[in-house]
Amino acid sequence: MTRVGIIGLGHGVFGRRSDATVQELAFEAFREAVEDAGIERARIDASVIGAVPEYHKQRSLAGVVQEYLGLVPKPTWLTEVACASGSAAVRTAWLSIKAGVHDVVAVIGCQKMTELGTAEILALMGRVGEVQWESGFGTTFPGYYAMFAKRHMHEFGTTREQLTDVAVKNHFYGAMNPKALFRKAITKEKAAASEEVATPFQVYDCCANADGAACVILAREDVAKEFSSTPVWLSGMGCATASMSVLRRPSLVGLPSAEAAAAEAYTMAGVTAKEVNVADVHDCFTVAEIMAYEDLGFCSKGEGGPFVAERQTYIGGTVAVNVDGGLKAKGHPIGATGVSMTYEIAKQLRGEAGERQVPDANVGLTHNVGGIGQYCFVQVLTRD
Amino acid sequence: MFKWFGRVNYTPYTKVSDFARHLKDGRLMGSRCKRCGATSFPPKADCDACMSGEFEFFEVSGRGTLVTFTKIVAAPTGFEDVTPYIVGVVDLAEGGRALAWFGESVPEPDIAIGMDLQVVPRIFEELEEIKVYYSLEQPGTTWSTAAVNG
Repeated sequence: MTRVGIIGLGHGVFGRRSDATVQELAFEAFREAVEDAGIERARIDASVIGAVPEYHKQRSLAGVVQEYLGLVPKPTWLTEVACASGSAAVRTAWLSIKAGVHDVVAVIGCQKMTELGTAEILALMGRVGEVQWESGFGTTFPGYYAMFAKRHMHEFGTTREQLTDVAVKNHFYGAMNPKALFRKAITKEKAAASEEVATPFQVYDCCANADGAACVILAREDVAKEFSSTPVWLSGMGCATASMSVLRRPSLVGLPSAEAAAAEAYTMAGVTAKEVNVADVHDCFTVAEIMAYEDLGFCSKGEGGPFVAERQTYIGGTVAVNVDGGLKAKGHPIGATGVSMTYEIAKQLRGEAGERQVPDANVGLTHNVGGIGQYCFVQVLTRD
Repeated sequence: MFKWFGRVNYTPYTKVSDFARHLKDGRLMGSRCKRCGATSFPPKADCDACMSGEFEFFEVSGRGTLVTFTKIVAAPTGFEDVTPYIVGVVDLAEGGRALAWFGESVPEPDIAIGMDLQVVPRIFEELEEIKVYYSLEQPGTTWSTAAVNG
C-alpha cells in the first residue's frame, strides 16, 4: 500500500492577529507550503480544513477558505474534534490518499480566536465540560486539567516546581521560534509569581488563545518522490477516544486515548518510544505535558515530573519535546495546533529547525489532544 | 423539570428529568437498567452494557471518597459572583461518580484526596426560581440540616 509523504510546509505567525481574517491567515500558511513544495496549485486535488467553528463569525469556514486559496472547484471539508481538529484534518487527508481517491491534498489548520469578545469567551469556557452533569458547577478547561494535576501529585509526588519546569522549558524554546506568540524566556520565579487560575495552576501553567494557521501538503508516495528524494513520511497514524466526562474516566492521571493512539501509531510505524528523537506534545497545561511523556512511553507512569526536572526533554536529553515552544509559548489557535505540530516535526526531520534543531532527528512524533482527552491523535513521522 | 438542576443549566430536556424532582425532595438518585441491572451515577436513560432504554431510578447513599479537586478562581459566565469555588470529584460507595462543590461543612484546609464525604442534595435559597444541586459535605450531613438551613 502506498505511503503518504509530506511535500510542503507552511506556517504563519501565531499571536493576536488583529491584522487579518481567518482566510487571510490560512493563505499565509498555504502560500508558504506551496512555495516550499514547489507545486502548481492545479495539482492539489483537495483541501481539508481543521478549525473549531464556534470561534468564528464566518459560518461554514471550509468553503470560504477554499475560495480564498484559489482551489475552487476542488473538494474541501472541515474537521472538528476540539483542540485536535488540525490532526483530524491531517488524518482524513492521509486516509483519502491511502484510499486512492486523491494524489495530493493540502491540509490547513486555521483559527481566529480573538474575534470573540471576553464575554463570549467566558460563556464558551463554561461549556467545555460535559454540560448536563458538570458545567452546572462552573467547571472550566484549566479546572479539569488542574484536577488531573492534583491527582498526579497525590499518586506520584509530582511537585509544583516540576509543573513550572515544563513552562520554563517551553518558553526557553519559544524564544527561538519566530512563529511563536511568546518569544521570551521566563524564570521559575516569574512563573511562581503569576496569578492563580485553578489550583494548583497559575497563569504560567496555561497556554494562551491565539490566532494563526499552518499548512502541510501531503502526497502519494510516487508523487512525493517527484518533489523530494527524501520526503518525510506519515508512518504511524494512531487515533483513539476516551469518555468526555471525568465521571466516566477510570484514571485521572493520564489520558487513555493517548496511550491507545500511541500504541497504534508505534505499531503501524514499526518503531518504539525509545526511538523517538523529537516530539511535539499537547501541553495545553503544564501537567498535560508530564502526562504525555508517560502516556507516550518516554518514561514510566509517574516519572514525568522528575523526567522534565532532570532536563530529559531538552535538546540533548532522552527525547526533545516541544522545542518549538509548545502550545505554552507558541500559542494555541486550536484548529491550527495539530497541523503546526506536523509542520514542526517535519521541519526537524528535514534538519531545517535552525537554532532549535535536534541533532540526527530521524523519528519524530506528534501528540494532539482534543478537549480533556476525549480525542487523541498520535503521528509518527520518519525519513528514510 | 431538569431545568431546576444546576446554577446554570444547559440541558433542560432529558429522559432522566425526574432526577431533579427527586433532588428537590432530598433524594439523590442513580439509574438501574430494567433489563440487565447495570447501574449508573449520574443516571442514564440508555444502558451502556445491554443497550436497553428501560430504566428505573434508585436512591444512592451519597457516601463516597474524594478522588481529586480544584479551587477555580477564573470562572465562566454565570459563576462570577460565587468565585472562587472548590469543585471535587467523588467516587460513590454504590459505584459511579459525582462532581460537585464543597459545602460549608468542609473547611478548605481540611480538604484532602481520599477523605470520606457525603453528597448532599441542596437548594439555592437566594435564587427566585427553583434551583437544585448537590454539595460535598462531612459524612453524616443530612438534607434537613445542612441543605435546607445551610
